[in-house]
Amino acid sequence: MNGVQAIALGASAGGVTALLTVLHALPPAFRIPMLCVLHLPDDRHSHLAEVLGRRLKRPVHEARDKEDIAPGTLYVAGPGYHLSVERDHSLSLSQEERVHFSRPSIDVLFESAADAYGPGLLGVLLTGANEDGAHGLARIKQQGGRTVVQDPSQAQASTMPRAALALHQPDYILPLNGIGQLLASLEAPEC
Amino acid sequence: MSIERNTDIEIRLLIEAIYLKYSYDFRDYSGASIKRRIQYALRQFDCKTVSALQERVLHDPSMFMQLLQFLTIPVSEMFRDPEHLLAVRQEVVPLLRTWPSIKIWIAGCSTGEEVYSMAILLREEGLLERTIIYATDINPSSLEKAKQGIYSMQNMRLYAENYRKAGGRGELSDYYTAAYGNAIVDSSLRDNVTFADHSLATDSVFSETQLISCRNVLIYFNKTLQDRAFGLFHESLCHRGFLVLGSKETLDFSAYSDKFEALVKPERIYRKS
Ligand SMILES: C[S@@+](CC[C@H](N)C(=O)[O-])C[C@H]1O[C@@H](n2cnc3c(N)ncnc32)[C@H](O)[C@@H]1O
Repeated sequence: MNGVQAIALGASAGGVTALLTVLHALPPAFRIPMLCVLHLPDDRHSHLAEVLGRRLKRPVHEARDKEDIAPGTLYVAGPGYHLSVERDHSLSLSQEERVHFSRPSIDVLFESAADAYGPGLLGVLLTGANEDGAHGLARIKQQGGRTVVQDPSQAQASTMPRAALALHQPDYILPLNGIGQLLASLEAPEC
Repeated sequence: MSIERNTDIEIRLLIEAIYLKYSYDFRDYSGASIKRRIQYALRQFDCKTVSALQERVLHDPSMFMQLLQFLTIPVSEMFRDPEHLLAVRQEVVPLLRTWPSIKIWIAGCSTGEEVYSMAILLREEGLLERTIIYATDINPSSLEKAKQGIYSMQNMRLYAENYRKAGGRGELSDYYTAAYGNAIVDSSLRDNVTFADHSLATDSVFSETQLISCRNVLIYFNKTLQDRAFGLFHESLCHRGFLVLGSKETLDFSAYSDKFEALVKPERIYRKS
């Protein structure tokens, strides 16, 4: 798989552990930018970016409005606002209505990123106990991007991966370590 | 892919049609959100395509007014983000006091909750009598509600809690009367308030001000339009005037970042430098 310009990740229940497992597999110099929505309680402040940054030893930022997406960085959506990607590959926040009871919503990130990156996007949907992300992942596929769903039989909560599989056939269905290897291989030198 | 591409073309045409016909300029709003708002409207109005919506909007002004309700996201709260208003009370008010008369501009005031919150804060600090507040928005129905100052009683518990966290000196119920499930805000709070139609996208500066509050409006603009708005604010503010933004809005990525300094950065309180 080549030509991946950005990776969008979504997870809910069990998501922090799942995300750490996947991202630990990446080499330190991994340059493809990553965008992530993890469902969070509605607190005004979240320590998710800090926690992930410390554990992963790579740049992790809470996404800020109108920020340009930089290589090698993981952007996580903060609580209370939807995160979108604009056509010029900058980020924007919004307080529109919740989607699947969630704000930030995975669908909102995935759908906007699909429009912005088209075939250059890889969408990854992990464990979760609701149906957010399924439509967004289908939209990524429809716009020519590639999709990965965590194997539901191995997910801590299988509702989210199952909902995605019910809607479209992803390019890959993999357990967490398989997803990690797949991402790591994106920048491996080609033989 | 081609259906998606058609939608994008249609959205541009709709936005252009709205501009030509009604002079509302959404061309530089952030694209991802505008697209979602329009798709949401399609479902509400039962239109199959954006072109179908465009035809109705173009030929029926009342249809445009309905669409405007979806495009403008009229959501607000009293004493929204209490920590922010607490910081305004503690850090800005002592400096505002030094001006003999004060003009405040609340840009994008929506249905007025922010205006009454500011008026209550100023009354408790003894400044309301010498303050003029300009409260502006582009949505006429929101402005109408703002003028009435009638809010559902159901929200008052949340607002009262916000008010306390924001450093309120009394009880929020001191400022409204309850009737038929509604809270009717004390009308004397708006004695010095002027509500007006004003667009940050198309209009110019109308007064010199000491404080501008523009919260949760700029996130819906792209960088170009944000800079236009910051330009207006910079022009309107007097020397060392204050600019306060929403909790996720920042001057950091703007051409105006070096024309303001942060007074309380986490609460988005800036000062013209
Ligand atoms: C989400 S509300 C924010 C209300 C309030 N400031 C608050 O923070 O609770 C956004 C408001 O911005 C207004 N708005 C949108 N575009 C505008 C423009 N170009 N000029 C002025 N106001 C605008 C909308 O009509 C809406 O009332």
